[in-house]
Amino acid sequence: VLVGRDGRGDSLTLEGRVLAPTQRIDESLTITITDGVISAIEPGSPGGRVIAPAFVDPHVHLRTPGREDEETIRSGTEAAAAGGYCAILAMPNTDPVVDSSSVLGALVERAREEAVVPVGFMAAISKGQHGQELTEMAELASAGAAAFTDDGRPVVSAGLLRRALQYSALTDLRLALHCEEPSLSCGGHAHEGSVAAELGIGPYPSTAESVMVERDLSLARAEARPIHLMHLSARESVAALEHAQANGVPATGEVTPHHLVLTDDAVRSLDPNTKMNPPLRGEDDREALRDALRRGAIACVATDHAPHARQEKDVPFEEAPFGVTGLETSFAALYTHLVAPGILRLEALLERMSAGPARAFGLEEPRIEVGARANLVALDLDDEWTVAEDGFRSLSANSWLLGETLRGRVVKTVADGRLAYESSGAP
Amino acid sequence: MSELRAPAAPKRHLLSIDELDRQDVERILETAESLAGSLEREVKKLPTLRGRTVVNLFYESSTRTLASFELAAKRLSADTMSIRSAGSSVDKGESLKDTALTLAAYEPDVIVVRHPSIGAPQLVARLTDAHVVNAGDGKHQHPTQALLDLYTMRRAFGRLEGLQVAIVGDVLHSRVARSLVQALGLVDARTVLVGPPTLVPRGIEALGCTVAHDIGAVADADVVYVLRMQHERMGQAFVPSLREYTALYGITPERVRVGQVVMHPGPMNRGVEIDPRVADSGAALVTDQVRAGLVVRMAVLYDVITVAPVELRERAEVA
Repeated sequence: VLVGRDGRGDSLTLEGRVLAPTQRIDESLTITITDGVISAIEPGSPGGRVIAPAFVDPHVHLRTPGREDEETIRSGTEAAAAGGYCAILAMPNTDPVVDSSSVLGALVERAREEAVVPVGFMAAISKGQHGQELTEMAELASAGAAAFTDDGRPVVSAGLLRRALQYSALTDLRLALHCEEPSLSCGGHAHEGSVAAELGIGPYPSTAESVMVERDLSLARAEARPIHLMHLSARESVAALEHAQANGVPATGEVTPHHLVLTDDAVRSLDPNTKMNPPLRGEDDREALRDALRRGAIACVATDHAPHARQEKDVPFEEAPFGVTGLETSFAALYTHLVAPGILRLEALLERMSAGPARAFGLEEPRIEVGARANLVALDLDDEWTVAEDGFRSLSANSWLLGETLRGRVVKTVADGRLAYESSGAP
Repeated sequence: MSELRAPAAPKRHLLSIDELDRQDVERILETAESLAGSLEREVKKLPTLRGRTVVNLFYESSTRTLASFELAAKRLSADTMSIRSAGSSVDKGESLKDTALTLAAYEPDVIVVRHPSIGAPQLVARLTDAHVVNAGDGKHQHPTQALLDLYTMRRAFGRLEGLQVAIVGDVLHSRVARSLVQALGLVDARTVLVGPPTLVPRGIEALGCTVAHDIGAVADADVVYVLRMQHERMGQAFVPSLREYTALYGITPERVRVGQVVMHPGPMNRGVEIDPRVADSGAALVTDQVRAGLVVRMAVLYDVITVAPVELRERAEVA
């Protein structure tokens, strides 16, 4: 389901501390890549960069078709490469919505021309994402859909979601669900709690997410179908997911860097780049998310990279659209805020950004072994850099990290055998 | 020897009560007091802000706030103009950013902003060199209302410290309530918020107040501050009916005891949140609030334009 440019590959060598947690590799090695394939792994000298399986982002808004001023397949995949990603999955809430094989087919064609790293396209669950009728899932699957989602919107009707779970069994693809009960979230722009109360921002309670998480898990259990819960934010949702997993429900979950790092306290700035859906939540919620990521109940970091044009975010907080970019900052943000202070082990972070998301969507896990296609990222853990508006490959700069100095830099990305990114400072 | 230049005075805005300390509040109230004295003279105009420009940028309807800001600027001899969203380029889809930049090109000293969205005055403050005064942004803040309410209370009781204030009604949608709770906290008054659970936001206690759902909680208060009950809330099921709301929370003569005063930021819904007999009684300070609005807004305009920042003054004293 991943579409790259062609089968060709580059030849290069990477040397450093090779860290592949799922393969239990942690040693100094030299990796030789010949025509895109790992051809030799030999002992190397200690020190230097960390070489790891490259990252996989299952939640990216490429805004194409329809808003190519905000992102294109080329700019979005260039941003992904700069973030260390060897594969990304794009959301179908575009204009038009990816709900037919013709729209999907056109995207696949365009990706063959433009994609710097392989990209998979999710298709909508319902036609037009209106939540009324199912899309032609079988045809979409054969046209190359990576999964189904109405992301950006919840599937409000339990009946439609049940049918979608049943019918999608024809395809082997899973449903990725944006959990939001609109009657609870409507008018909400920030987490319901003391910050929203003090500021007078319309509250978006945790229950708006968790009641849908619980409903969706119940349906998945009854239908014995796998589901993936997107951008979880509330501790009640995490508890429900873990409870379901313990009872054998094949459910996975993802968490974004911003929900792992920030709390709703950041909203006090009234900076529109602290406005996301779901919203930044409280300290307890952030702790629950970190804990779930640590233990693997949530095994998947997803950026929910949501580019917005400058004029759309240059407005008062309540008028601003939800969403922030994330592809180019995710590793450094999480290394700086979780790994460096000792909250999360580096191995766990690498795993949750690579094998975790790949497994959740049945994609091939990036592995470091002779004969495998090279999907590698080289990281300089000591390099410090400041996130600047003009430093992005993405066409949009609505980052929650603007002006912040981060530790850890992606130096090289090899995606599907090709050198997709090399930082300008790299020797 | 190079010429010694005083550092440019940092901008002073009034965006939120949150940014003020007790000294700031007391200074503004003192200024208002002295301005009130001058307004009792036959010629009411003061030359204080002659040559200064005050622009009122109003994206929401307003009677008393806009009128009092206009009059306040005029009484201080400033040039003033008011721009309402209706009938301006806002109608043509001009963004707040561009409108603010356009007005800033006239180099106003103060831009007074009212806007339905939280954060709009902050945006104008970031984009322009003018002093920005928040005249109400969404459900967030209405700081001059809070200051004029403090002024009114102090005139009525001769003090603010230790006053008990019950704010009754739709706190959830009220910028007045948020600003007032913070302002009362700054002067060591105590606040209880009284209203149905659906109209008191979760977590509001963090502002330093208590919450009650029984109207009996107003009995201990020196001031019963009544919030406007907005009709459009009915359709959103915040309360089942105005009738039931009035029965439970309406301020009737029976619920007001001797010695209490009743305040309301206006406009009032007589017979809904406030009984007309209360509104027209001697306990009601509603017109005092309106009068206070003029002098307090004069004081605020004077303050943002002319008073040196607290930090600078302190540094000067040390030196």
